[in-house]
Amino acid sequence: MSKFSGLGGRLYRGETSIEFIGKRRRWYGVSIMFILVSIAALSLQGLQLGIEFKGGSSFTVTTNSPSVAQARSAVESAGVAGELIVQAVGDNKVRVQTGSLETSANNAVQDALAASFAVDVATIDTQIIGPSWGEEITRKALYGLIGFLIVIMLYLAMALEPKMAVAAIVAVVHDVFITVGIYALVGFDVTPATVIGFLTILGYSLYDTVVVFDKVRENTRTITASSTKTYSQAVNLAVNQTIVRSANTSIVAILPVASILFVGAGLLGAGTLKDLSLALFIGLIVGTYSSIFIAPPILASLREREPAMQALAKRVSARSGGVVSSTPSQGSSTPIIGRGPRNQPKRKGRK
Amino acid sequence: MLAILALVLVAMTTLVFIQGATSVKLGLDLRGGTSVTLQPRIAPGEEGSITNEAIDQAVAIIRQRVNSLGVAESEVAAQGTGTSRQIVISVPGDTGRRVVDLVGQTAELRFRQVLATGAGASSVVDPAATPVAGVTPEINAQFAAFDCTLAENRQGTGTDLPSQTLVACDRAGLTKYILGPAEVLGRQISEASAGLDTQAGSAWFVSLAFNGEGTAAFAAVTSRVTSLPEPNNQLAIVLDGLVVSAPRITEAIPSGTAQITGSFTQLEAQDLANVLKYGALPLAFDRGEVQQVSPTLGADQLDAGLIAGALGLGLVVIFTLAYYRVLGFVTVGSLAIAGGILYLLFLLLGQWIGFTLTLAGIAGAIVAIGVTADSFIVYFERVRDEMREGRSLRTAVETGWVRARRTILIADFVSLIAAVLLYFFAVGGVRGFAFTLGLTTVIDLIIIFVFTKPALVLVSRLKFFTSGHRLSGFSSKSLGMPTTKEA
Repeated sequence: MSKFSGLGGRLYRGETSIEFIGKRRRWYGVSIMFILVSIAALSLQGLQLGIEFKGGSSFTVTTNSPSVAQARSAVESAGVAGELIVQAVGDNKVRVQTGSLETSANNAVQDALAASFAVDVATIDTQIIGPSWGEEITRKALYGLIGFLIVIMLYLAMALEPKMAVAAIVAVVHDVFITVGIYALVGFDVTPATVIGFLTILGYSLYDTVVVFDKVRENTRTITASSTKTYSQAVNLAVNQTIVRSANTSIVAILPVASILFVGAGLLGAGTLKDLSLALFIGLIVGTYSSIFIAPPILASLREREPAMQALAKRVSARSGGVVSSTPSQGSSTPIIGRGPRNQPKRKGRK
Repeated sequence: MLAILALVLVAMTTLVFIQGATSVKLGLDLRGGTSVTLQPRIAPGEEGSITNEAIDQAVAIIRQRVNSLGVAESEVAAQGTGTSRQIVISVPGDTGRRVVDLVGQTAELRFRQVLATGAGASSVVDPAATPVAGVTPEINAQFAAFDCTLAENRQGTGTDLPSQTLVACDRAGLTKYILGPAEVLGRQISEASAGLDTQAGSAWFVSLAFNGEGTAAFAAVTSRVTSLPEPNNQLAIVLDGLVVSAPRITEAIPSGTAQITGSFTQLEAQDLANVLKYGALPLAFDRGEVQQVSPTLGADQLDAGLIAGALGLGLVVIFTLAYYRVLGFVTVGSLAIAGGILYLLFLLLGQWIGFTLTLAGIAGAIVAIGVTADSFIVYFERVRDEMREGRSLRTAVETGWVRARRTILIADFVSLIAAVLLYFFAVGGVRGFAFTLGLTTVIDLIIIFVFTKPALVLVSRLKFFTSGHRLSGFSSKSLGMPTTKEA
C-alpha cells in the first residue's frame, strides 16, 4: 500500500506521468469500438425487457419442494395459454411469468398454484403489470434523462467552464450508452430498477469527472501567462494528480454496490436489489474509465482549438525547440513515461 | 462545530422520543402487503379531463372503498403531476385479492329515484315504505335485512348497473334506500358549483347545469316525481353505489339548471358540488402495477437489505483503514454519525410525512455510503497534496479544505440534482431510492462541514499525526516525499 501511496506523490509532482491526453486517439479508439459493439448488440439482439415493460403477471411460490414442471402444469391447467416462463429461484421458490391476464385469470393462476403446491394463496408473491405501464416508465425515464442532461450542463457550465460541461456530458452519454450496450450483449433483464440504475450512473459518473475537472481548472487558471506547459499537458498533469483520488473514490463507491449485488443476487435471486446494483456496478466501472480516459481528452481537444491555447502551444514548443503539430503532444520538456519506481531513490531498508 | 453537531444529535434524539417515533416505518415490500398503482385511462379527445380535482375525487372514492376493509395503516395517495398522475393504494397484510378487486372499479355518478327509505340498521323495517310499484319481493327482503351500520355495505363497489333497481346506503350509513334505475347520468352534468344565498341568510346551496341530453332526462324525471308522495319525490345522487344526497324535487325543472338547497355548511356544499362535477367525469383507471408481497418475502428482503448494508459498510471501513491508517477512523466516525443522523431522520420523517422505508430506499442508503466516503477521500487527498507542496499538516488541513470544499460542493450538488430529478421521474417504489440518495447527499454535506473538517483540525494538532507516524496516513513515506523526517 505504501508503494502505491509513494506513486501518488510522484504522480503529483509529475515525476511519473501517464499519457492520458497524448495517447487520446488510443482511448477514443477503445471507446468507439465499445460503442460500435453496443450499437451492434442493441440492433441485433435488443434489450431483454422484463414484464414491467411488456405487461404481464409474475407469481412466486415459496415451497419446500419447488418443481418447475409441476408449476407449469398447474398454470396450464388454469387455462392460461401463450408464453409461459417458469424458473426456479433459489432453492425454495419457483416463479411463473405469464403474458397480460384478466383479473379472473390471475386469480385462477393463483388458485391453481396454491392447490398444486398445497400452500395458502396469500403466501404467493404476485406482481401484475398493466400493458401500458412500460410506456409510462420509459417515457418518464426519457424525460428524466433529458432534464438531467440539460440541468447538469447548465450547472457545470456555471460552476466550472462551458467546455468542461460539454466534455462531461459527452462522457456521461458515453457511459450510459456502453452500459446499455453491455446489457444488450449479455442479455441481462431490464426492469424499472435497471432504468433507475442507468439514471443514477449519470450522477455517479459525473462525481469523478467533476473532481478531475476542478483540478484542471486550478492548474490552468493562469496557464496563458506562462509558457511552460500547453493546455493538454496541464490537463494531463491534473489527471495524473487526481488519479489516486479517482481510483479511491471509485473503489469506495463500488464496494457497497458490489455488496448489494452479491447479497441481492445471492439471497433473493432476481429483484429490485439485483437489478439496481448490477446496472450501477457496470455503470460505475465504465464511469471511472470515462472520467479519466474520455472526459479530459475531449476537454483538451475542445480547448486546444482556441487561438489563445494554440499560441500557448507555439510558445511552449519554441521554448523546448520542438515542432508544433496540430495534435498536441507531450513536448520534450515534460518528463518521460516509464520512469517507474525502480528509478526512484531507494528508500526502503533505510529505515 | 463539533459542539453544534452534538447539540443537533441530542435535539433530534429528544424529538424522536417526544414524537414517540420509535421504529422506522417499513414499506410493504419489507413487511408484506399489497400495493396497486392505478393510471387514469385517457380516452382520445379527453386529455383535459385528467385534472387534479378529478384525481383527488377519485382518491377520495377509492379511500372510502379501501377503508371499508378495516385494515389499519392502509394508504391511498396520488403521485406525480399533470396527466401522469397516478393513484397508489397500499394495504398491509394479506388482503391482496380483495384490494385488487375493490379499487379497479370505475365510479360513476347517477341520479336515481328513491323508491323507499329506512333507518340504517337492519332491525328497523319501515312497513309503510314497502309496496312500491316495480319492487320485487326479493328487493324488499334484501332491503329489510340490509344493515348500513356494517362497513362492508358501505364500501361502494361500483358494481351497480344503471338499469338495476338497487338497495343502497348513504355514505354515513344512517339511512338505507331502495333506488330505481338510473335516469340521469353523471356525464350529462355540464357544471356544478357551490354558492351562498345572501338573501335568505347565510344558506349554502349547490347549483348545477345539464347538457342537452341531461336537460331532457332531468326534465322528464322531475316532472314525473314532483307530484309523488314522500319519499318517492326524492332524487338520489348516487356515486359508486352510495347515496351522496337525496334532495326532494319541489317542481318540474325543464330549464336544465337546478339548485339543491338544504341546511348545508360551506364544506358540505362544496363537497357535493365536487361530487357532481367530477362524478360527471367518470375517470376510468388501468391497473398499472399490482404487487403482492407475502410477509415471509418481506422479511427476507429486509434481511437481505440489512446484510448488504453491513457488508458494504464493512468493506468501505476496511478499505479506508487500510489506505489511510489511523486517519481512516475520521472516516469511520463520519460514516457512523451520518448513519445515526439518517436513522433519526427516518424515524422523524416517518412521523412527519409518512416516510416509509422500502427495499429500494435501503439500496439508496447503501449506495450513498460511497458518496459519503468519496467526500472524505477528496478532502484527505487534497490535504496530502498540500503537504507534498511542503506545507505542514496544520496548514495543509486548512488550505486543503478551501480547495476541497469547492470540489465537494460541486460534486455533491451534481448528485443532488440527479436525486431530485430521479425522484420526480421515477415510477412507483423506486422513488424511495432517489429519496434516500438525495437525503444522504445532504447529510454528507453537513457532516463534512460540521464533523470531518473540525475532526481533522483537532487531529492535526496531535503529535501522532504532526510527527508523521507511519500509521498516521501522513507519513512522508506514504506521501511519497523525499525522506527528510523519518528516522
